[in-house]
This record gives sequence, structure tokens and C-alpha cells, in this order.
Amino acid sequence: MPAKIVEVHDLVKYFPIKGGVFQKTIANVKAVDGVSFYIQRGETFGLVGESGCGKTTAGRCVLRLIEPTKGKIIFNGIEITNMKEKELRRLRPKMQIIFQDPYSSLNPRLTIKDIIGEAMVYHGIVSSKDSEKRVKELLDMVGLSSEHINRYPHEFSGGQRQRICIARALSTEPDLIVCDEAVSALDVSIQSQILKLLENLQQKLGVAYLFISHALNVVKYISHRIGVMYLGKMVEAAESEELYSHPLHPYTKALISAVPVPDPKVKRQKIILRGDVPSPINPPAGCRFVSRCPYAMSICKETEPQLQEVASMHSVACHLYKETS
Amino acid sequence: MIQYIIRRLIFSIPVVIGVTLITFILLNVVPGDPVLEMVGKYADPQTVQQIREQLGLNDPLIIQYLRFVFNAVRGDLGKSFKTGLPVSKMIAEAFPTTLKLALSAYLVAIVIGVSVGIISAVRQYSFFDHSMMIVALAGISAPVFWVAVIAQLIFGLKLGWFPISGYYSLKHMILPAIVLGTRFAASIARYTRSALLDVIRQDYIRTARAKGLSERAVIFIHALKNAMIPVVTILGMQLSGLLTGSILTESVFAIPGLGRLSVWALSERDYPLVQGVVLFTAVIYILGNLIVDISYAFLNPRIRLQ
Repeated sequence: MPAKIVEVHDLVKYFPIKGGVFQKTIANVKAVDGVSFYIQRGETFGLVGESGCGKTTAGRCVLRLIEPTKGKIIFNGIEITNMKEKELRRLRPKMQIIFQDPYSSLNPRLTIKDIIGEAMVYHGIVSSKDSEKRVKELLDMVGLSSEHINRYPHEFSGGQRQRICIARALSTEPDLIVCDEAVSALDVSIQSQILKLLENLQQKLGVAYLFISHALNVVKYISHRIGVMYLGKMVEAAESEELYSHPLHPYTKALISAVPVPDPKVKRQKIILRGDVPSPINPPAGCRFVSRCPYAMSICKETEPQLQEVASMHSVACHLYKETS
Repeated sequence: MIQYIIRRLIFSIPVVIGVTLITFILLNVVPGDPVLEMVGKYADPQTVQQIREQLGLNDPLIIQYLRFVFNAVRGDLGKSFKTGLPVSKMIAEAFPTTLKLALSAYLVAIVIGVSVGIISAVRQYSFFDHSMMIVALAGISAPVFWVAVIAQLIFGLKLGWFPISGYYSLKHMILPAIVLGTRFAASIARYTRSALLDVIRQDYIRTARAKGLSERAVIFIHALKNAMIPVVTILGMQLSGLLTGSILTESVFAIPGLGRLSVWALSERDYPLVQGVVLFTAVIYILGNLIVDISYAFLNPRIRLQ
């Protein structure tokens, strides 16, 4: 089994809501509430869930771009949860991020050469003399012409910009890249190009991805393992194929049934969920999915189900299933 | 770029014409007679008529206006009714003092405003941020003449640190520059803060942090350059405020600059002098805005001047 690049244990992130004259904390948005997962070297772990389920917050907490409230994050065997920012800065080159919006994630004031070259010169990966050569190599790697080196971000299309973001992320030779909805803002045809590119780069460089997306078909395509999140909790985690062929959690089943199949003749039973996602400020006691679950039982309202392994490499947090031990 | 500058200058001609026309109309509409102002209420009517004739005030208004425009185009702004000196010479004498005041006030405003804005944004909601924003709000709201008088009282009379009026040395300029400058510093601080806060929330700032850059590099290399665009706009717009502000400041501190000259010209109904000062100020304002627009191109590569 390859080494784990990231281990996340019981990650919690609450965003306080302040109110009153003295700005006291009156409630908390429980964005991430006890999530655990790991990513192996060279692996893609997909994180899916609908908007507001906490997947982006979880991804940013892993990189400590947001400070976690509780929990433990281990990166390359080193615990970084409470590490000082100064020390963390030395580790940052090894963990990079690609954002959803390729328009806002590139500094409009810098040329491509500076955007891609800055971090590697700053961290002494290459000398400033050699940085131009390396930037050209990286541009070549992501399928952009090295002549573009002195252009500004606004001179590129969305797909090209996302390639620049990828080149920038790769510049520091990272072990992990968090892809936060990295293809959601792109056209479908460009999406597949970028996914293919990410896949090729992974094979070539052995980088691991934490791939965050709400689009299941995208996650299925690129991920080795997938975690499904609902309202700040991980409800199911399994290998990609297993999750698709044998979804266990009612929420996962509903999600998979909602993925469109490009064949009008295929007849499928769609599971349509009732109601809206409850507020993360005041989630239901017991199972968080209870208010929308078609199979809800009385125990679901009282006891919160724990994530447990019910088959090999397949965990689910649901009272319908019993542990395999 | 040169084409752009030329076109901008051509476009500003109607502005200059408008400004002179409005000033001319206003001068002739407001009550008061320049000749009576010169010779006094009890002067012989015949003398008054004679002077009016000499000064060309009996000609139809349109002729008077056109005469002013044609002379102005040739660089002749006429002679002051009151002193008989050429208006251009009087402006040339007064302007350097105003320029010194305005530039030192600008310097005070930018240094204080931008640094307070940056610290407030980086430490949003801290004690420093809250207190500075309250001070800034007070600074924007307080009228210049009041602040000037209070400053004279405290720093001039009570503490005796600075002279309170006249302009004989650089030391005389310190208090007026601070009074005029802090007012603009207040609005610059608020604009810098909000512009920087907008930028700090962008993904490319998160990216810069994720790159592992130091906080200083994130703020100064990545955030500040982007945040400066709205601030530069404000700086340009404040140029006019600085000139009008200098009218009050110069009056309170008795500084012989353009501001004090225009107040004096107005009270004396010295038409050519008023027209000349207004025309000169308008031209300065137009040039100031042009410089601001050109500086955009350097700050923001997305703006290509055409």
C-alpha cells in the first residue's frame, strides 16, 4: 500500500455567527463536523456533495487556508494542524490548490511568467535565472505555447487560464493538489481536456489530488476513491467503481440516480429527494439526512450513525447497514 | 498613447469654454458692481461712467465675453481692475505657493491615508481598525476651516510649535499642509481599506498564500497593486478638492496663494482676476485628471489607452 500523503481525523470547522452589541458568538455554522479521510501518494480522492455541504471548507482546511476548529491534519507524516504559519510556509510548496474560477484565481497584474515562476524562485526550487526556462517547460507540459510567457491572464480563454493555474500549481513540485471544483466553470468539451490533462500529469509526476466537485460524473471519471458529504458529514466512502455499482447510503443513491445518462432509451428509476437541505446552523439531531431520507426509521432521529466499514474499503454512515466485523 | 493625450486635450476644449462661460454669466448675475467697489458708493456718476467705458463694461455682454476668450487664447488674461497688474502675472506669483501647499498636503494625505488604510484592512475589525475608521469619519465630516482654527489654537497658540499665519518659511507650511492633508488622508484611508479588503478576498490572494509567500509579499506584491486602482481614481478626484480646500486653508492661515487671491478677487468684484483664476484652475484640474487616466495604464495592464 503506498504511503498516505494526507490523513484527516475528525476535522471540524465551525464559522461563528456574531450578533448583539458586543459581537458575541450567538450560533455556529457547522460547515464541517467531524470528517475523516486519507489520500495516498499518487491517488485521486474525490469529494462530492451538493452546494454548502462543506466540501470546499474541508479542502481548504486540509491546506490550512482556513484554520480548522478541531481535528487533526497530517501531511506527509507531519502534523500540521497547529503548526505556526512560518513553519507551514516551508511545507506549502508541497501542497497546492486549483480554484474553480480561473478568472479570479490569477492575479490580473502579473504576467504568466511571474504567476508561474514566483513561488519556485521564492522557495529556491530554481534560481531566478533559470525560472524562465522552467516556466516554459511547465507551459509546454500543460499544453500552452511558451511564447505566451509575457502575456497577462486577461489575454487567455477560460480553459487556457485553468491550464495556467495547473502549471502554477505544478511549479513547486507538489505532492498534493486540491482541485476545488477545478473544472466546474468550464465548457463540457474543455472540462474533458482538463480532466485528461490532470490524469496524464498524475501518471507522469505521481501527484495526489483531492478532487472536490458537485458533478458526480466528473468525480467518477477521475477519482480512485470517492467520499460523499452531506451537511458537514462524510456519509459514504468507497472506491470509485464500487460506489457507483453498489451505492449504500440513500443520499448517494439519490445522487447517482440524478446523473444524466446520454442515452434517451435508457429507463431509470430516479430518486427525487423531498425538501431542502436543513440549515447547517441547526442540523437535525441523529442522522443529518433524516428529514429527506425515504427509509428513515425512528432510530435515525435519535442516534447519529457513525461511519463504519460494511464491506472491504466501503464505509457508510447509515443505520440500515451493520458493520462487517 | 500620444494620440490619446491629444484627443483628450481636444475633448477638454468644450469643458474650458463651459467653465469660462458659466463663470462669466455668474459674475454678471450676482449683485455688486466692480466700479462702485473701486471708487466707492459716493463717487461722481460721470466718473463711474467713464471708468465703465474704459474697462469695456458698457459693451454688450456677448462682446465682453468674446473679447475675454480671444485675448485668453492669445495668452492675455487682461489686467486686474483693482491693481492694474496683468492677471497672468498675479496668478504666476500666487500659484507656486498654492502648489507647494497642495503638494505637501497631498504627500501628507497619501502617506497617512494609504498606510492607515493598509493596516486597517490587514487587521480588519481590530481596535486599530475601529478607532482609525471613526477618526477618519470625523476627519471627512469636519469642515476644513474649523479644523484649521482648532489646529491654530492648539499647535500654534497653546503649544507654540508652529507659526499660525503668513508664509515666510517652510515652517509656515507645516500646519496648513497637515490640516488640508489629513482631511484627504481620511477619505483615502477609507477607500484604501475597502479596496484592499475586496482584493484580499479574491482567489488569487488565496493562491498567493497557498504558494507559501510571506504575508508581506502577499499584501505588497499581490494585493496592493490591484487595490490601488480605485484609490488612484479618488486621488485624481481629490485634486479639485485640494484646490478648493486650499481656498479655505489659505484664507484661515493668511497664505498668499491662489486660493486667497480668488477670495480677494471675488470680494473686490475684480472680474478679469476671477475669470483668470477660474480658467487657470480648470486647466489644472483637466491636466490632473489626464495624468490620473494615464497612470491607470501603468497600474492595470487590462486598460489600454485608445
